[in-house]
Amino acid sequence: MTAPTRTGTPRIAPSPGGAAGVAQTRAGRRAGRLQSRLASWAFLAPIAIYLAVFYAYPLYRNLDLSVRRYTVRSFVYGDAPFIGLGNYRMVTADPTFLPALTNTAVFTLVSLTCQFAIGMALAVFFSQHFRLSAILRALFLVPWLLPLIVSASTWSWMLNSESGVVNSALGALGIGPINWLTSPHWSLTAVIIANIWIGIPFNLVVLHSGLQGISPQIHEVATVDGASSWQRFWHITFPLLRPVSAITLVLGLVYTLKVFDIIWIMTKGGPVDSSTTLATWSYRLGFGNPLPQFGPGAAVGNLLILLAVAFGLVYIRVQQRQWQS
Amino acid sequence: MTTRRTWWKTAIGVTATAIMLFPVYWMINVSFTDDRRMRKSPPDWFPVHGSLDGYRAVLHQQLPNLGTSLITGLGCVILTLAIASPAGYALARLRPPGGHVLSFLLLVAQMIPAIIMAMGYYAFLLNLGMLNTLAGLIVADTTIAVPFAVLIFTAFMSGIPNEIMQAAMVDGANRLRTFWSVVVPLSRNATVTVAVFTFLWAWSDFVFASTLDAGGSLRPITVGIYRYIGNNNQEWNAIMATAVVASIPATVLLVVAQRYVAAGITSGAVKD
Repeated sequence: MTAPTRTGTPRIAPSPGGAAGVAQTRAGRRAGRLQSRLASWAFLAPIAIYLAVFYAYPLYRNLDLSVRRYTVRSFVYGDAPFIGLGNYRMVTADPTFLPALTNTAVFTLVSLTCQFAIGMALAVFFSQHFRLSAILRALFLVPWLLPLIVSASTWSWMLNSESGVVNSALGALGIGPINWLTSPHWSLTAVIIANIWIGIPFNLVVLHSGLQGISPQIHEVATVDGASSWQRFWHITFPLLRPVSAITLVLGLVYTLKVFDIIWIMTKGGPVDSSTTLATWSYRLGFGNPLPQFGPGAAVGNLLILLAVAFGLVYIRVQQRQWQS
Repeated sequence: MTTRRTWWKTAIGVTATAIMLFPVYWMINVSFTDDRRMRKSPPDWFPVHGSLDGYRAVLHQQLPNLGTSLITGLGCVILTLAIASPAGYALARLRPPGGHVLSFLLLVAQMIPAIIMAMGYYAFLLNLGMLNTLAGLIVADTTIAVPFAVLIFTAFMSGIPNEIMQAAMVDGANRLRTFWSVVVPLSRNATVTVAVFTFLWAWSDFVFASTLDAGGSLRPITVGIYRYIGNNNQEWNAIMATAVVASIPATVLLVVAQRYVAAGITSGAVKD
């Protein structure tokens, strides 16, 4: 912003018309730049206000909740005492903390690995040309589009111990009834199965569109050179798909970390914390009990934000590297 | 020989799709099952003794909830479009100071779990006296969609040829006019993609609905299903019938706007 102070001098200087003309266009350009800056502010005002009021402020309230001792009464009157990191100390010392952290890790890793492997296999399969392939691929989107509560309640009933269709089918194969949702040994497996089912379409669609970007000539050359289809996948397709794979996995990681609906509806995190993750634990502390514990609930939530944003930054880093290359 | 080979692939593809969609079939099958045959072992694989009891229950108990979800979804679409499309225009076209910071903030905002927003919103709306209001729920639900929407609009509007914009400016249109009568109509595809996803996310939202309207009379369909599961654990035909009805928007949009759906899923993840 040093230029504008200088533009005044040429106008009073008794120099030929050229200088005045330069000054005028410069002033005109300045007005144009100001106008465009005003315009961009006007167009950005709604999102800026929105982010401040409806994003940043609720997040601030959440942070505030996590450093105070709240009761229902102090919630209304806003006079909860400040206790610093007390809530964080409390939740990390809680006996639920370790299981919640391990379950979050197991849930995320197993879901991601299976979704990605199955999605990749299907993407490679559907990128071949055969009759109905486009329609079938579109049908694969259905699980992803259904409301999570619909998928979760359907899986709950399918995995019901006595009347579920899964146990009935396993029974026909001579496998005894499994208490999918009521046994602490199986509840985490049950919610992971449902979550894998929901996540396959995302992986399929993104990896499939990545495969479209690989030139078919590369495959033709490899086929001529005598490479088998597995060799072609492992040595050509997979390495070429690495950037898309990286983004799919990191995005999937961020999504899976915050999965809440499926687990809460199917098992409520139980029995005895066997399927509790950080997300369901946070919800249970804040909203799942008759006596809400907003402070600890918000503290668990903020630990989850830290995890999600840490991995999110990895995603942004990966994406930026791709844009540059 | 080639036709036989593709025939086999089609067979495998159909089998895989059938396995994948079995839960959806099962939901429909159970929704038509009679109360008394519900706990039969083995279960009926086809709704041969079909009954409409489940759907009758939906009509009697869930109709207002469906209305609530519909209004919430539409409200979210309007609010999201109104905020995100000017923002996308500015970020794509006007090179505002701090534009990079804003894009970065939007990417980070996408990572924030809804549960955490829900707790902050609970405190926020409680103070405003706006718990159990449609407006409160609509605003909270838009937080799922707005960052995504701005990113979609920015990406799309960067692709509009410069000449079209300049032609409009030369004709004397100011930026607002250019935006409204040139950029918005040209961005139809982005608008449809954003609208489809915003509506589906708002319609499917359970986290905000169950926390911000807890105990209130205002109940979207997701909370309607949840209450069903909690209250009458026996009537799974009614629960599944409600689930089927709640899946209608997703199905309709998949049929009508499949192109936009696939575009929306990939646009966040893959560079064009």
